[in-house]
Amino acid sequence: MGAYAYARPTSVEEAVSVLASAAEAGQRTQMLAGGTDVLVQMRSVDRDPRTLVDVKHIAETNRVEIGSDEVFVGAAVPSGVLNENEELKAIFPGLIESADLIGSTQIQGRASIGGNLCNSSPAGDTIPAIIAAGGVCVIAGPSGTREVACEDFLTGVGTNVLGDTEFLLGMRFPRPPARSGDAYLRFIPRTEMDIAVAGAGVALHLDADGNCVHARVAIGAVAPTALLVPAAGEALVGTQVDDAALAAAGAACSAAASPITDKRGTVEYRIKVVGVLCRRAGAIARDRALGN
Amino acid sequence: MAKVHVTTSVNGEEREVLCEPHQSLLDVLRDELGMTGTKEGCATGDCGACSVLIDGRLVCSCLMLGVEAEGVDITTIEGIANGSELHVLQRKFLEHAALQCGICTPGFIVAAKALLDTNPDPDETTIRYWLAGNLCRCTGYDKIVRAVQDAAQELAYEA
Ligand code: FES
Ligand code: FES
Repeated sequence: MGAYAYARPTSVEEAVSVLASAAEAGQRTQMLAGGTDVLVQMRSVDRDPRTLVDVKHIAETNRVEIGSDEVFVGAAVPSGVLNENEELKAIFPGLIESADLIGSTQIQGRASIGGNLCNSSPAGDTIPAIIAAGGVCVIAGPSGTREVACEDFLTGVGTNVLGDTEFLLGMRFPRPPARSGDAYLRFIPRTEMDIAVAGAGVALHLDADGNCVHARVAIGAVAPTALLVPAAGEALVGTQVDDAALAAAGAACSAAASPITDKRGTVEYRIKVVGVLCRRAGAIARDRALGN
Repeated sequence: MAKVHVTTSVNGEEREVLCEPHQSLLDVLRDELGMTGTKEGCATGDCGACSVLIDGRLVCSCLMLGVEAEGVDITTIEGIANGSELHVLQRKFLEHAALQCGICTPGFIVAAKALLDTNPDPDETTIRYWLAGNLCRCTGYDKIVRAVQDAAQELAYEA
């Protein structure tokens, strides 16, 4: 047992060295971005003193960069800031919607999609949207940076590939070509501020004739981690994303789901709903790609 | 336990304070700085009673650490009125009887001010969504929404 401490590194190197010296001394560290999960956990399920490493004062974690082939979103950028970025919203409307679904105005003033990913809840709303959009996690550590596809970042309920001396700098996304669209839908019993019973994100590109040439589909809250469902994407590619194709993609999502029964929904219900959400999100992504 | 020295600005005034590393900004405001206008309803980010502005952005002070306030501008409910002259939102809350017990009121006023600062003419749906993170167990919300609409209208006449 140690005491709580607070570190505010201003560079990647400094952050890594804080993590490395704590690891050497056998002290626990906790990365802090918006803190909307961390502070709640510190007062309830996990009171162990630790060194809080605030990553909000590092240039890379605050950066939003929209390049011609790539988009980078820093791990600590609050979702309220993302939501005000009209250019980003036009490129990834589904991803921004997923961030906008989490919490109140107050929460969105602090919470980040990088934090949502690192918290690694099975029901994190931005995670299927990040996976669908092809997000790649950029991870800083003692030997430089490494990259991990978002679908490979999560290892279980609340766990991920980050080592003791590593932290998430941000996510890289391939910039979608013309005639692309993404969408994320979740089901909750009320209209606002709840935890997903099931969620589905779809990102796709169409060719000039409206045929789907690329599609990624990911689902959330129906397995220990959010999952990429390759079979659902394959069901859409080569089609006009019509009802039959959407039904096949939805069936693939239902087949990939391995949910639990809890107070939010039963296994049977979640399996059904995740398929429906995939169909509907797919239709929205298609319409966005068509510019409707 | 080593306390951390924090320099911050509260309602335009520079303040220095010693915080525990894990102390929330809400606790620092109330217990260290004696500013008890900001309320605690839940301490888990659900009720909005602790709303403050950090560099103009609306946040829950219970979900922020005092140490994170280093170098920022904080606006609390104490900074909303102009001396003894109430802010139009405060006046409209009184006129519309938009409070009963009042525990939620500072949070609603701060949150509504953040809305009107960026969107002077919000429609009812926008107001209701914006304030969805502020819970009130007394009023049933309707009077609060009317008060904010009325305040927006008066601000529009003034402008
Ligand atoms: S006390 Fe902060 S949201 Fe309730
Ligand atoms: S007036 Fe009592 S909670 Fe709002």
